[in-house]
Amino acid sequence: MSHQASTLAVLIFLAMVGLTLGISVYLGRKAKSSAGYFAAHGQIPWLVNGVAFAGDYLSAASFLGICGMIAFYGYDGFLYSIGYLAGWVVALFVVADPMKRLGTFTFADALNARFNSRGIKLAAGVSTLAVSIFYLIPQMVGAGALVRPLLGLPHWMGVVIVGTVVILIVVTAGMVSTTWVQFIKGALLVVFSTVLTVMILNRGFEASPELPPAQTVVTQADGATLINGLPKGIGADDGRIDPVGTISKLPGGLQRTGPLGPLKFFSTLQQSEIVLWKKQQTESSDGSTTVAYAPQPTPGSEILQPGASPTFAGIRSNKFGDKLNFLSLMLALFCGTASLPHILIRYYTVKDQAAARKSTIVGIACIGFFYVLTLYLGLGAMTSGALDPTDSNMAAPLLARSISELLFAVISAIAFTTVLGTVSGLILASAGAVTHDLLESLATVRFTDHQRVRIAKMSSVVVGVVAIVLGILFKELNVSYLVGWAFSVAASANLPALVMLLFWKGTTRQGIIAAVIVGMVSSLAWILLSGDTFASVYGLPKENAPAPFSQPGIVTIPLGFATLVVVSLITQQRRDQVYAKRLSE
Amino acid sequence: MTSRNARLGLVLFFIYLAFYAGFVLLAAFSPETMARTPWGGVNLAIWYGFALIAAALALALVYGALCRPDDDQHPPASTDPNPK
Repeated sequence: MSHQASTLAVLIFLAMVGLTLGISVYLGRKAKSSAGYFAAHGQIPWLVNGVAFAGDYLSAASFLGICGMIAFYGYDGFLYSIGYLAGWVVALFVVADPMKRLGTFTFADALNARFNSRGIKLAAGVSTLAVSIFYLIPQMVGAGALVRPLLGLPHWMGVVIVGTVVILIVVTAGMVSTTWVQFIKGALLVVFSTVLTVMILNRGFEASPELPPAQTVVTQADGATLINGLPKGIGADDGRIDPVGTISKLPGGLQRTGPLGPLKFFSTLQQSEIVLWKKQQTESSDGSTTVAYAPQPTPGSEILQPGASPTFAGIRSNKFGDKLNFLSLMLALFCGTASLPHILIRYYTVKDQAAARKSTIVGIACIGFFYVLTLYLGLGAMTSGALDPTDSNMAAPLLARSISELLFAVISAIAFTTVLGTVSGLILASAGAVTHDLLESLATVRFTDHQRVRIAKMSSVVVGVVAIVLGILFKELNVSYLVGWAFSVAASANLPALVMLLFWKGTTRQGIIAAVIVGMVSSLAWILLSGDTFASVYGLPKENAPAPFSQPGIVTIPLGFATLVVVSLITQQRRDQVYAKRLSE
Repeated sequence: MTSRNARLGLVLFFIYLAFYAGFVLLAAFSPETMARTPWGGVNLAIWYGFALIAAALALALVYGALCRPDDDQHPPASTDPNPK
């Protein structure tokens, strides 16, 4: 769909960027030491930290990706919401206390607390960097995807704008400014999503029994695009995709429902018939590609249960192997949150364990509430009549446009700050890993505090530039795949080491190093050899992929645990033999 | 790791894990159960999903209320490795 740039959206966006940069520069004067730069001196109030957790965690994938997936396929997007939230239970009950107790700046600190080993620091530093960069790519791609329709700028400019603003935020005041940016973003996101949900419920549903015509996008061999048979453009006679998203039948033959309660919303949809759009791509011999979008009236009862989308279609298959992919993803989401480095470093910004607990509880409340809203937002977008069948990421902003232009501008600007908040957390986590874990382990001299902050700022710039370049290179990649994968890598590499260190006395230094490396390498390799990557990255047939299903978690997470136990047992024995030998001498 | 808070955390973790596993297994192996509408015309998939979110918050509040601050093992006085 061709979107026109909204002046109001540009203005509100600029105001928000100005506000966040202003706060960063103001706070920048306070963060001179490394304790200030990496951990905000441990002085962030728990309430602020809790909302910042939400700002850190609710990335573009949550806001744009989940809403879009629900708007296109129904319940399936909500499965991500449930998995993403459930991961917080692991974070609070298992990881929060020890992280705060054992570490100072990075995840590697906590892992290394008992051993003081250079190997652990290096391995954990590399895995932090790998997970953060994996997570950064979809955020940057998302930024580019947003800027195109909203501000009328090309993809690469969106990536560069977001990258530059984030580098400025992180370099000026490190964790202090990052926290406040995330706090503002988290609060805005939850408040305005609530406003939007109330408006959806107030508007209710309307039936439009006439089935809209199918639409086509033809990309010719010379690169020209025809939409519905006309050249692409925004003029009156040019071809453009018509907005979609209608209900063909309401229960009892009603024409409109009027305002609905939060439960009535679902029970009405359950008995309605909704027009979904099926995409079909064909390539013809003259080198042109035709993508056809055909309307498909679907019973609401089918939309409101799992398994309707291609991602989770395995649920409805009778083969056990197809179901494994779903189980594997749900496991990775459950285990992944508590292993994400940019989330874990937030435990160092509060003063003690009690504050760490309280801020996690506030985080769970905000994030959980938001995820409840995603179901309303997504289904609201599905039936808003404003949906773009070619771009699921735009569902939430377009839903807002169907209500009012002002709301659209605000929601779009919030979507930008969503990217800003998460990216700044990721860049800070990466800079911490580079400075504190990698360089300090490799360097022969000890850095002074001042040097350390300078190195961290330089690494932030480098990571930021790398993120910009990757965001431009991978612009074709599907955003939600990558986020799921980042969770799988984080869970496979970091969780076994962290959990076993806490609960098994027999864990050895070598066991931890081996578990981190094996978990990271095996999950990355699995992803690179999976059918989804074959199809969407290399453009090869899905069937040629050696990995039996796309999500690695169900194999690689247990593999990480097994590696740790086996290596620890072997090295324990060796240690005992050395002791025995010494005793007998 | 035998502090009271840690044990409490583990108990709550396993309660939630069982609840979550129930959801995932039902979704994977018994879609017809998820499609039932037990109450208010809203199907079990939605009820269970909302219940999982509510349960996460409820258990988190229980944990927050029952954890004893004096049970915390305090870190070394300074978290700054290079004190000024």
